[in-house]
Amino acid sequence: MLVPSPWRADFPAIAALQRQDQTYLDNAATTQKPQALLDALAHYYANGAANVHRAQHLPGAHATQAFENSRRKVAQWLNAGDSGQIIFTHGATSALNLLAYGLEHQFNPGDEIVISALEHHANLLPWQQLAHRRGLNLVVLPLDDDGLIDLDAAARLIGPRTRLLAVSQLSNVLGAWQPLPQLLALAKAHHALTVVDGAQGVVHGRHDVQALGCDFYVFSSHKLYGPDGVGVLYGRNEALPGLRHWQFGGEMVQQADYQHASFRPAPLGFEAGTPPIASVIGLGATLDYLSGLDQDAVNAHEAALHDYLLHGLLARKGLRLLGKPQLALVSFVVDGVHNADLAHLLTEQGIAVRAGHHCAMPLLKSFGLPGAIRVSLALYNDSEDLERFFEALDQALELLR
Amino acid sequence: MSLPAEALAALDSFQGAPGWEQRARLLMQWGERLAPLAEADKVEANRVHGCESQVWLVGTLQDGHWQFAASSDARLIRGLVALLLARVNGLSAEELQRVDLPDWFNQLGLSRQLSPSRSNGLNAVLQRMRELAGTR
Repeated sequence: MLVPSPWRADFPAIAALQRQDQTYLDNAATTQKPQALLDALAHYYANGAANVHRAQHLPGAHATQAFENSRRKVAQWLNAGDSGQIIFTHGATSALNLLAYGLEHQFNPGDEIVISALEHHANLLPWQQLAHRRGLNLVVLPLDDDGLIDLDAAARLIGPRTRLLAVSQLSNVLGAWQPLPQLLALAKAHHALTVVDGAQGVVHGRHDVQALGCDFYVFSSHKLYGPDGVGVLYGRNEALPGLRHWQFGGEMVQQADYQHASFRPAPLGFEAGTPPIASVIGLGATLDYLSGLDQDAVNAHEAALHDYLLHGLLARKGLRLLGKPQLALVSFVVDGVHNADLAHLLTEQGIAVRAGHHCAMPLLKSFGLPGAIRVSLALYNDSEDLERFFEALDQALELLR
Repeated sequence: MSLPAEALAALDSFQGAPGWEQRARLLMQWGERLAPLAEADKVEANRVHGCESQVWLVGTLQDGHWQFAASSDARLIRGLVALLLARVNGLSAEELQRVDLPDWFNQLGLSRQLSPSRSNGLNAVLQRMRELAGTR
């Protein structure tokens, strides 16, 4: 069965990579960009760059308008409505660090922060370090056999000392939706703040932060076919007043004298310094492009491709999957074969996949593995990409066994 | 400076290997020929960090000449390390300071294994070797 992608030609880099004999299957790390984004970047730089929220002049007004339009498009993409604000950061990691510093004053020694065992380092280390700074306990929710956060354990571990829950929507290693509604309900029952790391989740399907009901939702542009250097932090109106300003300088200030200053509320108060203007405008163009696609068709394509990948892998002997991947990616190891050796030989054959710990060292350690190979999909991938990968995998395994 | 016999043998076989498959086979053969590292040497202090696999490297200066020993749990990096040792073992401290190791892998047709984004660990092994050589 062939699974062609009707959107492949919208991403010029795919053809360029193909000319270099490269098959790109590392989309959970970053994605290729649609022509619409390249056009928007070229248009912005070719028609007059200017700083935003500062100048009276016309180029400044145009840049500010395009910048703020992107903010509106992000809000629409997440169906934020009037429920909160969209803050632009420099990435998902910087958004999570902003939260870990901006919320710090709300924690007292002995309070608990709850994360899960599958968190990416970006949603682990900021909380771990906050816990060290304030004498907090970092509670780690365990996973069940399918790689989902164990809800029975969560019900025991989320309690009156829990001040904040920070969990991923979709694991970057296990490729499974996490039971967010139940987890968020547990946290809210104890009046804890809720943070959702949507870095992987936002790329697949559409999500509604109002329906989700989280206090904060974080993602990065570059994984969603947008430019790098931009992250998004959605903050719910009720939670934003509890977020203190973190980085200082530029137009985030309201009044400043030598000894004192006051700062703007969200979003501008949390966007210190000149933001990545072109990238934010580019993200808006990407969202325009994505909004124009038939989302059901995209979902169906991604599901068919994932199925193709899963069945192809399971047909090969000695191959072990991590968890029970549902979508987007599959991580695996091969019995008796070191993942570094396999990665080496896939690289030799022009297959771009990820090997190693996937920025989730504790998770890989819990599987007793030094690393794994991860194949991750995007809407422009097709079954031919996967056939090339399977062929290379077979060649590599033949050499290694 | 003339090449050690092992290095000449490596050059001969790798320069005659046209494709990635032959190079991979050769790497694995070289890895298998690498003298085993004593279990006592596989300790944290000898671990080379920055590798996807576990790599250990020890070096001793005997009568003014370096002898390195190494091991890895991954086969291809073990082969790369074997090729490295073929080039450097027996060199004097002064010779080791002068040897151009990136050029050595380039001559073997393996320069891509040293590109900055490669996390196979060969760069880290080279770095550790320089540290060991610099502190004696």
